[in-house]
Amino acid sequence: MRSSLGRALGLGSAKDGVEAWWLQRVTAIVLAPLTVWFAVSILVHMGSDYMTVIAWLKTPTATILMVLLLTGLFYHTALGLQVVIEDYVHSAMKIPALLGMRFGCCALAVVGILATLRIAFAR
Amino acid sequence: MANSTRKPRPRSPNVQIYRPQLTSVLSIANRISGIVLSMYAVMLVVWLLAAATGPQAYFTVQVFIGSWVGQILLFVCTFSFFLHLCGGIRHLVWDAGYGFELRTIYVSGWMVVVVSAALALITWIVRMSMPE
Repeated sequence: MRSSLGRALGLGSAKDGVEAWWLQRVTAIVLAPLTVWFAVSILVHMGSDYMTVIAWLKTPTATILMVLLLTGLFYHTALGLQVVIEDYVHSAMKIPALLGMRFGCCALAVVGILATLRIAFAR
Repeated sequence: MANSTRKPRPRSPNVQIYRPQLTSVLSIANRISGIVLSMYAVMLVVWLLAAATGPQAYFTVQVFIGSWVGQILLFVCTFSFFLHLCGGIRHLVWDAGYGFELRTIYVSGWMVVVVSAALALITWIVRMSMPE
């Protein structure tokens, strides 16, 4: 994805900066309601015991929204931390830091989603 | 670039020489709260993992969350979350092309401060009034 202005001026690296920028916004719009849902749910279950929390996570709504939350959250986090690393890390550590951050975000998303599904499908 | 013996040029922007303003403070606050929240995203996965593992693991995590360290961390999380949420919505409004007048920028900036602090406090008041 490139902006029309970028194409017209012929400046910049002509790669995929606009796509990263755009997806940061898309995930932000998705995360606003999802994170509020999660915060309210946690507040409601503050005093709940283990079985009640599991029963809540097992409901289709909670399972689906949790998987969507984890997907959006770690995509948004990866894009955000990428900008932070690119802004402040100028040493040879830049690429390893970017790779490590990406791997970490992917791994955490996968672990979180699998944990959610395990709870959802466990008998 | 050609002359390697030259002194390194000063880097711009040298933010530390400027007096902090609401706009600049909120700008870096949004970034810092984002970094802070990414650490809480790790905790979310740990919590889910504990819940998936079983009652014993879940209990251990709940005991940590219930400790005073856990409660302070949770409060920091609440405030960072609302700050990043409100700051993010402000950014989305800008991205849509609105709110660039200097006055509007300051009004929306103070709104972010007041609303996120209020939401964090309300959340905590509700949490305190919940039966254990």
